[in-house]
Amino acid sequence: MAEYQNIFNRVQVQAEPEAGVPLPNGDRERIGKPLLFYWAGKLGNAQIGPIYLGWTGLASILFGLMAILIIGFNFLAQVNWDVIQFFRQLFWLGLEPPQAQYGLGIPPLAEGGWWLMAGFFLTTSILLWWVRMYRRARALNMGTHVAWAFAAAIFLYLSLGFFRPILMGDWSEAVPFGIFPHLDWTTAFSLKYGNLYYNPFHMLCIAFLYGSAVLFAMHGATVLAVGRYGGERELEQITDRGTASDRAMLFWRWTMGFNATMESIHRWGWWFAVLVPITGGIGILLTGTVVDNWYLWAIDHGVAPSYPIVHPNVEDPAMLQGMSQ
Amino acid sequence: MKTMTRKTTTVAALAGAALLMTGCELPIGIETEQTGYRGLGMEQVTKRHLEAMKRSGMEIPEPERPAAAAGPRAGDIYENVKVLGDLNISEFNRLMNAITAWVAPEEGCNYCHTPGNFADENVYTKIVSRRMLEMTYTINQEWTAHVGETGVTCYTCHMGNPVPENIWYEDPGFKQAGGFAASRMGQNLAGTNVASASLPNDVFTPFLQGDEPKNIRVTPRTSLPMGDNPYNLVDAEWVHGLMIHFSVALGANCTTCHNTNNFPEWQTSPPQRVTAWHGIEMVRALNNQYLNPLQPEYPDYRLGPTGDAPKTNCATCHNGLQLPLDRAQMLKDYPELNRVNHRGAQPAATTSAAAETAGDADAEAVEG
Repeated sequence: MAEYQNIFNRVQVQAEPEAGVPLPNGDRERIGKPLLFYWAGKLGNAQIGPIYLGWTGLASILFGLMAILIIGFNFLAQVNWDVIQFFRQLFWLGLEPPQAQYGLGIPPLAEGGWWLMAGFFLTTSILLWWVRMYRRARALNMGTHVAWAFAAAIFLYLSLGFFRPILMGDWSEAVPFGIFPHLDWTTAFSLKYGNLYYNPFHMLCIAFLYGSAVLFAMHGATVLAVGRYGGERELEQITDRGTASDRAMLFWRWTMGFNATMESIHRWGWWFAVLVPITGGIGILLTGTVVDNWYLWAIDHGVAPSYPIVHPNVEDPAMLQGMSQ
Repeated sequence: MKTMTRKTTTVAALAGAALLMTGCELPIGIETEQTGYRGLGMEQVTKRHLEAMKRSGMEIPEPERPAAAAGPRAGDIYENVKVLGDLNISEFNRLMNAITAWVAPEEGCNYCHTPGNFADENVYTKIVSRRMLEMTYTINQEWTAHVGETGVTCYTCHMGNPVPENIWYEDPGFKQAGGFAASRMGQNLAGTNVASASLPNDVFTPFLQGDEPKNIRVTPRTSLPMGDNPYNLVDAEWVHGLMIHFSVALGANCTTCHNTNNFPEWQTSPPQRVTAWHGIEMVRALNNQYLNPLQPEYPDYRLGPTGDAPKTNCATCHNGLQLPLDRAQMLKDYPELNRVNHRGAQPAATTSAAAETAGDADAEAVEG
């Protein structure tokens, strides 16, 4: 079937760019001359701009820039201002939090001071971006679902780099800035606290993460599959028989006996997505503060089975020799 | 026609994606052997091409012809024979030949000796190799918990090279800008010691030498915090780096020594972990007692960037294999190595008749 015969299709109509609805009194105008970009249209809407920046947006970008510059220039200093090494080692370089001896105090710049500062600027930037997101939603008289979903992600970010280090009493527990360094932190976190896989909140987090992917795939596929009947007009069709929405619902009810509705599938998606960082953040906050070794905790509470001992005579040689390493 | 093109594109894209996902390694020639209870991922993964590569330069030298059972003692015949004096000269020369083949096959005797004056003590390699003979003796006598009956010879580490391929020096890392620029804190560069992870780079200095090496045991042994664990996440990163070295040095997985559901638990660990524990103790002892004290003997070009002596880690002997040289029983052919001794320190009950005079045709005045 030719593309244009499908009501729900990828045909791009090039016309005068849309300026957007009028903004409330006191808001700045959206800025930039909108343009239509064919290849952007392949991915989403072909129209780029105009954009609303406002003071929260501007401040957020400035604070974010500060954080990135602090991180970037410290990376560069760490390879002695060698630009080639900076690019070669870019994924390996990291800005580490203060060491344990400084507790929650202010360390010298070279030993974590920059990390604290970058963290402050980055956090401010993110929080300002949240405010901007919330206020833009209100300006369009929308609900604030997106802002609250973003807040869930911010909760995880703060749990890792702010709340938990405070609970533990020193910044050294926090995540470094850097591509591989933060991944190494993740492994070390699991190794140090007795295997994060046995943390039930980590389990929930993974379930919601994979669940989000499955739900997104199911919903996306369903709506595309009924595109020829105008499946994108989900809500105006749900009460009628034979419409795209009705077929989509029937499909799932027939294949698995139960179906989400065109309304509830979006709540499923929203909650699954939002619960990923919320459960993850709780799991992080409990680690080292309330539970020190997740595997042993899981054994204590019947979460993990105990396995038969295959090599019966393995004993800690340090105990036998009365020494430790 | 258009459908055809689209199908071809789709198939090509899928094939391309599949290739990308397998990374740089084709999923063939990889073998997995189960080593523990089912469902725990206790398995040893071996890659055939890697196994072949690791052994490509490995050749076990033929044993030298056996030495004559009797003869005058080397210590009585040659000058400056300090640790091999109790061998008879036939045994002594046999061992010297073997060492030459093991350590300096191209350089020959002159790598450690002054031509024409084999008694000369001014060659640093001679002083070092004498100490290495004592070290070999100590390893085979005192560290059987690690080296078992197989033991080690010079060849275990040297494999035909005057300097073993895998040694380590203290590594200050890349020069970094001073002042108030953030310190790398010993990590965050692609580290050769830690399989290119950005984990702490010089994991050997704190763990494998010194009187108070950094503690490896950082994971709490209780489910709830008792407030008595002084270690934090950064300590875990150091330990992780060291463990990566073990893994690379032995071509082993984490599960070779650990049940990864709870790394610190000994009861559920494979027995290899006990062997490895003795190995760590051994490496520390060798670095402290034998290798670091040799520092003043070396010329500058043998020292590391901070001026320290070359040292040993797991890779020095293991060279990527769980059993060095695939457990070749070389020590068995060289009982001489088990008779390293400062003269006079050993009880006099040796086999060779000390009274025999030097009617030997060996004109060389070699000593060890």
